[in-house]
Amino acid sequence: MADSTSISVAPTGSQEKPATKSLSTFLRVTKYTGARLLSLAVTVVIGLYLTILIANMGGYVDTIRLAQIREEVNAGIAGNPAFRTLTQEQRVNLANERIQSRVHAMGMDQPFIIRSFIYLKDAVILNLGRAYNMASNSGSNEVRMIIIERLPPTLILFGVADLVLFFIALFTALGLSRKYGSWWDKLIVVLTPLSSAPGWFYGIFLILIFASVLKILPFGDMVDAPPPSGFFPYLVSLLKHMVLPIFAYTLSSIFLSIFSWRTFFLIYSSEDYVEMAKAKGLSDKDIQSKYILRPTLPTIITNFALLVISSWVGAPIFETVFNWPGLGRALYKAVALYDTPVIIGETVIFSYLLAITIFLLDIVYALVDPRVKVGGE
Amino acid sequence: MFKNIKEIFRYPSVIFGVAIIIGLLILSVYAVISIPYAKAVSLWRGSEADWYQNPKTAGPVWLNWFRKDKLPVTIDIKPDDEVITKTVTETSSGKVIDITIPFNFEADDFADDMAMYFTSSFDSAPPFVGMSVISPDGTETTISGFKIDRKFSYRFDQDKKLTKKLKNLVASQGLFVDLKSDNLTKPIKGEYTIKIQAITFDKNSDVNAELVVYGQLCGWAGTDILRRDLGVALLWGTPIALMFGLLAAVGTTLTQLIIAGISAWFGGWVDTLLQRITEVNMVLPFLPMLMMIGTFYSRSIFVILTAVILLSIFGQGVLTFRSMFLQVKESPYIEAARSYGASNRRIIFQYMVPRLIPMLIPQFIVLIPSYVFLEASLAILGLGDPTLPTWGKVIQDAESNGALYQGWYYWVIEPSILLMLTGLAFSVVGYALDRVFNPRLRGQ
Repeated sequence: MADSTSISVAPTGSQEKPATKSLSTFLRVTKYTGARLLSLAVTVVIGLYLTILIANMGGYVDTIRLAQIREEVNAGIAGNPAFRTLTQEQRVNLANERIQSRVHAMGMDQPFIIRSFIYLKDAVILNLGRAYNMASNSGSNEVRMIIIERLPPTLILFGVADLVLFFIALFTALGLSRKYGSWWDKLIVVLTPLSSAPGWFYGIFLILIFASVLKILPFGDMVDAPPPSGFFPYLVSLLKHMVLPIFAYTLSSIFLSIFSWRTFFLIYSSEDYVEMAKAKGLSDKDIQSKYILRPTLPTIITNFALLVISSWVGAPIFETVFNWPGLGRALYKAVALYDTPVIIGETVIFSYLLAITIFLLDIVYALVDPRVKVGGE
Repeated sequence: MFKNIKEIFRYPSVIFGVAIIIGLLILSVYAVISIPYAKAVSLWRGSEADWYQNPKTAGPVWLNWFRKDKLPVTIDIKPDDEVITKTVTETSSGKVIDITIPFNFEADDFADDMAMYFTSSFDSAPPFVGMSVISPDGTETTISGFKIDRKFSYRFDQDKKLTKKLKNLVASQGLFVDLKSDNLTKPIKGEYTIKIQAITFDKNSDVNAELVVYGQLCGWAGTDILRRDLGVALLWGTPIALMFGLLAAVGTTLTQLIIAGISAWFGGWVDTLLQRITEVNMVLPFLPMLMMIGTFYSRSIFVILTAVILLSIFGQGVLTFRSMFLQVKESPYIEAARSYGASNRRIIFQYMVPRLIPMLIPQFIVLIPSYVFLEASLAILGLGDPTLPTWGKVIQDAESNGALYQGWYYWVIEPSILLMLTGLAFSVVGYALDRVFNPRLRGQ
């Protein structure tokens, strides 16, 4: 607030002002995001610690670690020609000795409270152990590799779906807010309850209609099998497979989003300064973009952030229904195969995804929220 | 309050929603009364003895209402059925038992299979049975005889000799057409009769027979690949879904309300701490967490319910409720209560929480379907309660057996429609209540 008054009072300094202003804005946004990053980092660490605690209440993390040590030690002894001459008994003793020393070195013989912090450190640096049954396409059974391989499909699917949803909902809501009480507006109000069903539910119906009955779109998967060679055919195949998931996702969230965002717009468009702008004779377009959209965006972004978070969290079921080879489907498979390292690793990676999402939306929030940009509350 | 209630019934959607909710409640009560819990569980576990009389993946009978070519409905004639005539003639060495089973076949398509289930009692020598089938035009086809055990099932379609006799058509087709004509694709409608003659070899003997003509349709809900009647799961899924949705919604709303109340009332470090915990909770991935708990500990519906509530205590609702509480906190009547020295507990639980209830009811009702769907999601992910028949499990069975590829649409659509109706009914009512109780925009 202080900035804007000083500009109008002292027009002489206007030549330097924009530069210093943008610099101070940059600093403020940086400070804000820095503080958010720090608090989120702490939040993630606490969240991961809780995950570890819950996972290890049945001793699962301990078991994973011991199995890994045993496997590595046994492989080391079997593979070393120097030990060929030893008898079976000697070898077993040697293995036990080595396992003991490794257990000690890794702190596995410490009380649980200390062990839990060792596990926490491993989870934070994504040292997630080895899978029992699952393997990545490249053949590695490291949980980290499995997860890294599954990450892009999930990011592509939900990234595109969320963008589609955001822009459709935003512009429809903006348009409807100008036609409050019209036929279209009432239709959206009537359709809002449809958002009580999640995306996978609509997915089943859409697969039934477009894949089973009409046979024009694929049942699931990310690309045709075998994957088409060449960039362009691959892209076409990918897009074809993305139609139904995105349609399903949008269908389940769009009506509620339009309804609530339109309500935000209506609340802000009844403010006095909008009336004032109208009285000044500003064009509809200007009023909409500068006086209504700008102040409403932070609220909408908060609302959207919750939507994105719930979409990540719903990934296991959504990807299972569409057979999409992403993180969520990997989690489903891990549950079916009882592959505990992957289950824990997936939970960890989802925590990270949530935190990163919150952080990114925080930056966007900082950029559009005048309170962060200009300072003050 | 009463004025408000009257007002909501002005919305036609509310009448629709309330009607469906009442319908679902009646269905739940009916389910619990007509099939006791233990029986539902054991039926759904499904042994051959429970379901042998059902065809596999048969559609529901009401599909015929929409078809011009009627599909055959399963016919099951039990030994004590009054259409069966049974005459017993004593002979010197045993009995001759004649059984006649008439049945009407009025469909435009063939049955899936036919089977005769014999039960017999005898001392040493097993009875010998001969059968023949008489079609409406009077043709009689005899089936070569066989010995039967105490329990014996004869499947017409698997009888190779019979198939050969019927110009290489399986019995459920060949017995129903005029083999001399060219029209072998449509069954002849009318009354068929199966004649059974059993010869037993001792005095204390008896033979009974049950005829099952497996149709392409069966029961009001159809059957799945294990011959189970989907009706059991659809019926029992109702009380389970409603119970889970309701308990989860009550549990989460109440706990969040209390946390929000404490947070808003005490303020200061308590408020900051509780808000930080809410932030941590936001980073915990809800569904993966539930999947982890379901895999590592227990899939029992009550364990999952508890986990859902525990994971939601510090959910987003806390922030919404907290801001509501902050407004209420400033109202004069709270000030008054404070000035005469009411305790913190009294103010939170007796003055602030009741004030929020009308604002909460809509949110609470909208919350119910999301938990109903959550329960179904877990079932589809293979983490449903292992003993209970639920809607989600039916969808999961259908998905894992490729129902959508195979065209067994009813298997997916029926539980989905029930889910959809439940979701719509509660959210329609919830949104309407929201408009009545919290009229933010009504003045416009």
